[in-house]
Amino acid sequence: MSATTRKNAAAPSSLRLVLTLAVAGLISGVAIIGIYEATLPTITTNKAHELQAAVLKVLPGVSRMQALVFRDGELLANTEPAKDEPVVYGGYDDGGTFVGYAIPGAGPGFQDTIGLLYGYAPDRNLVVGMEILESRETPGLGDKIYKDAEWVAGFEALAVEPEIVAVKKGTSAADNEIDAITGATISAKAVVRIINETHVAWQDRLPPPGAEPELVEAEDAP
Amino acid sequence: MKRNEAYNEFVKGIWRDNPVFVQVLGMCPMLAVTNSAINAIAMGMATFFVLVGSSFLVSSLRQWIPKQVRISCFIIIIATFVTVADYTLLALVPAVHKELGAFIPLIVANCMILGRQEAFASRYPAKLAVMDAIGMAGGFMLALFSLGAIREILGDGALFGVRLFGADFEPWVIMILPPGGFLTLGVILLFFNWFRQKKDEFLDDVAEAQRGSD
Repeated sequence: MSATTRKNAAAPSSLRLVLTLAVAGLISGVAIIGIYEATLPTITTNKAHELQAAVLKVLPGVSRMQALVFRDGELLANTEPAKDEPVVYGGYDDGGTFVGYAIPGAGPGFQDTIGLLYGYAPDRNLVVGMEILESRETPGLGDKIYKDAEWVAGFEALAVEPEIVAVKKGTSAADNEIDAITGATISAKAVVRIINETHVAWQDRLPPPGAEPELVEAEDAP
Repeated sequence: MKRNEAYNEFVKGIWRDNPVFVQVLGMCPMLAVTNSAINAIAMGMATFFVLVGSSFLVSSLRQWIPKQVRISCFIIIIATFVTVADYTLLALVPAVHKELGAFIPLIVANCMILGRQEAFASRYPAKLAVMDAIGMAGGFMLALFSLGAIREILGDGALFGVRLFGADFEPWVIMILPPGGFLTLGVILLFFNWFRQKKDEFLDDVAEAQRGSD
């Protein structure tokens, strides 16, 4: 053993150990705050873009959107939602005419919570589009709920009354029936169930067709 | 001579002491995120960044870190780099971050990284430590990529999302499910060990032949 290693081997005081860890923790904390602050604006914009892209996708013909907060029995535009307050997104065309709602829903899938957004046209009482926002379904099987184009296209005009039913592939006949996915029956049925449950929850909250909140221009600014 | 030494530290991680195929370390990300080549590469790059950064810092600070609290210090350094990688991926490539999910924060617990700090970076100068880290992380990325590529080709009939076979190809779905990771890793480890055994036998034969000729 050389002289230097022996000197190091003599136990340093507890104070020195505590100080070393305190300084290391402090520097690490500052670094983490730094990277958090530096990336936060990009992350927030990314999330907003992602949401907007999803809304435009599930509501064909829509070019503008605004968040609508459900509070005290009515839908309010241009309101900051409080935590746990239900929110839908209103979709409007170029002229500012109301087209439909994009309604977020979530529920248990095969592995974990499935979060989705579906477009709803209240005048025709139809689901007009569906987009999965988050899922951990089995790769290769359950992930067909967003990878299988045929299945996703099945939501482009689907009656929600009395309720959506997933049927064996190739047997859908009625307006409210959709072909389930072979090999992903549980995930497919979960998606249908989430939409049905969300629809029931929102049925009485949405104003009658024709009385939708108007587009508030300020909300449109990026 | 010096350059040669650095080169050796680099090369040993890629092949001779490959962290996955030889040391069998870091199995958690190895099995969890290799269901496609692109995920494997993203994970490999995040690990690369964390390992090289931590090795450099640990090696530069090794005189100031008392050995009684060295593991805590290593973990603080590693965790800081992991957080930086986590937020950077989230800001720059949100789609990839979504796929990798919980496995980015779990890099902190990758024993391969802590192992390199304890076994190498805390004992050698920064230059060698960085070479060692680059080699080890390179070897890790190579291993992740081979597994990811094999599993994606067999399990999905594609590589980097590009279809390789016609529509008639029936994917082996099991390959992109968790058991596929174990199967692929097992076959690769089998090959590596078979190769090493053959090499040892060959070297023995050569040594014997030389003795015989003397």
